[in-house]
Amino acid sequence: MTATLLPPSRPPSTTLEVTAAAVARGRVRRNLRRRVVVTVLAVLVAGVFVLSLLVGHTYYSPDEVLRVILGERVDGATFTVGRLRLPRAVTALATGASFGLGGVTFQTMLRNPLASPDVIGITSGAGAAAAFAIVILSLSGTAVSAMAIAASLGVALLIYGLAYKDGVAGTRLVLIGIGMAAMLHSATFYVLSRATEWDRAEATRWISGSLNGSQWKDVVPVLLAMVVLVPTLLLQSRNLSMTRLGDDAAGALGVRVERTRATVVVAAVGLIAFATAAAGPIAFVAFLSGPIAARLVGGSASLLVPAGLVGALLVLVADLCGQYAFSMRYPVGVVTGVLGAPYLLYLIVRSNRAGGSW
Amino acid sequence: MTATAATLPATGTSGVAERRRPTRVRTLWLAAAVGLLAVAAMGSVWIGSRGVSLSDVWGALSGSDETLGEAAVTKRVPRTLLALIVGGALGVSGAAMQGVTRNPLADPGVLGINMGASLAVVIGIAYFGLVDPATYIWVAIAGAGVAAVFVYAVGSLGRSGATPLKLALAGAATSAAGTSFVVAIVLPRNNISDTVQAWQIGGVGGATFDKLGMVAPFLAVGFALCLASARGLNSIALGDEVAAGLGENVALTRAVAATGSVVLCGACTAVCGPIGFVGLVVPHACRLVVGPDYRWVLPLSALTGAALVTVSDTIGRFVAKPEEIDVGIVTALVGAPIFISIVRRQRVREL
Repeated sequence: MTATLLPPSRPPSTTLEVTAAAVARGRVRRNLRRRVVVTVLAVLVAGVFVLSLLVGHTYYSPDEVLRVILGERVDGATFTVGRLRLPRAVTALATGASFGLGGVTFQTMLRNPLASPDVIGITSGAGAAAAFAIVILSLSGTAVSAMAIAASLGVALLIYGLAYKDGVAGTRLVLIGIGMAAMLHSATFYVLSRATEWDRAEATRWISGSLNGSQWKDVVPVLLAMVVLVPTLLLQSRNLSMTRLGDDAAGALGVRVERTRATVVVAAVGLIAFATAAAGPIAFVAFLSGPIAARLVGGSASLLVPAGLVGALLVLVADLCGQYAFSMRYPVGVVTGVLGAPYLLYLIVRSNRAGGSW
Repeated sequence: MTATAATLPATGTSGVAERRRPTRVRTLWLAAAVGLLAVAAMGSVWIGSRGVSLSDVWGALSGSDETLGEAAVTKRVPRTLLALIVGGALGVSGAAMQGVTRNPLADPGVLGINMGASLAVVIGIAYFGLVDPATYIWVAIAGAGVAAVFVYAVGSLGRSGATPLKLALAGAATSAAGTSFVVAIVLPRNNISDTVQAWQIGGVGGATFDKLGMVAPFLAVGFALCLASARGLNSIALGDEVAAGLGENVALTRAVAATGSVVLCGACTAVCGPIGFVGLVVPHACRLVVGPDYRWVLPLSALTGAALVTVSDTIGRFVAKPEEIDVGIVTALVGAPIFISIVRRQRVREL
């Protein structure tokens, strides 16, 4: 900024050409890096996905797994892989990607790495609503997803409305979100305490997220939501990146800020809500994916695709660890919670060292 | 800016007049709090899943347990006493914490200190074979202390120091991590997994006179430390430099008050599990009526906190009859909206 204000010491055309060439080189380099990172992440996600189909208490060869997927009957494998591992892996993939995409959208839009849906209570809203729908109203399937999505949208609107006071200050929004999350967390505990038979596995699912007992009927709504909402988000990714410049600058560049924001919020909240209805609020995935993706990609390119991949990778790896790395099977949310909290503290320390003020 | 300039003189003068409440008014509020406390305690032994008559309550309180009603009331007495002392301790702990950090959002629950105490006890039970509930208290206080130092250290790194936002986020992260660790430790251990919820959300349901006797000395020490530093906290509220200029040993006062505060909330967590938002809400309410003087805020917070937890526990028993809602759930549902309104009302950065 200051450089452009200085009187040009050389003829402007030369400076411009030099700058333009440098910018172009930088863009090529960043695009290359981004492409490499995305490819590597995609390969990793695919690798872990396949691995989670093969390994377990019994090992099945890739050949057997492939035959199961193609619909053949293989003794043992048809049940274990087809009914247990495949739905679980697909749920991990879909919910992880949804959390990653939804998280990075909020972080980009609110220009604050801390304003992710799980820190500011939107995931807790979906979790509380899903628990309420299942325990108190004895609903299942689509109705649960509908409740979860309505509740998350409502909570998002409420937080935004409460934080609004001559514009939305990030600080206020995050703090109000923390309060909201605490309240909804307690509400979930309350709903669960009303459950007639207290099922502990089911309880942890709605508190920290779990993939235990994932079934096809749970994952189908998530996949359908992704088919609609992911393209919507990706179409807006350019506009979304530009809103990072600030509303006025983005408006001047031809972005319809309000429309972009509304579309993006609905899409992101939708992804989060459907994922939460399927697997519970898996701790910290939405929060971590964006910053990790930003670290990997570098620069200011759109983080949507890398963050989605990071989210999927996180959930797949954490679930695999939770199932087999310890003597006891842990729900995936416990693993991501234990992993994620130190990262949040690291982020605070780092941002403090940089002297950032949020 | 213009609005501030216009309103400043008005609020300035009336603010001073308002803040210097006559002792008579403050004494009246104190008396009102005592009255409220008596009503809350009365309600707590009277209301429950079994309806009892007032004569049963009187009978039971005078030592008889002839009728079923009187027996029920006798059962409710230790529970009520526990709610009273825990509420008082949490109220004072929160007020002292707000004074030490000069942070309006300080609260043992929000800052993750209760969760630290909880985690320490769970670790002690799981890995060090802790069985004696009396040792729980020591371990919980140690855990609370570690969590407090950790959260404050992380939250105050960087140039701008311990801002409310950084402290709250460090606390939220510590709480979330603590919860995950508690679940991870407790899940594979069937012998302690019955109590997993008790270490995540606090309740006063398991009260006995033994527990009361165990925790009482710790709370007495905590109360004494906090009340002794009330005058020092008043000086610190003016800023560290001014306090030092007034002859206050700032570091010592901070250390004493923080120790008292940690002892109080650690001991509470050891007997009831983590109960949040009491320490946040109560001191703010008290400041509204007696002004910012900690010599008044601390005792009034004790009374009001005791009343709040007792009433919350009674509500929890009444609303979900014949089930119970843990008092930690009720205080969060009541306290979080107040937390939000504090955030909304105040210019968070400047507090």
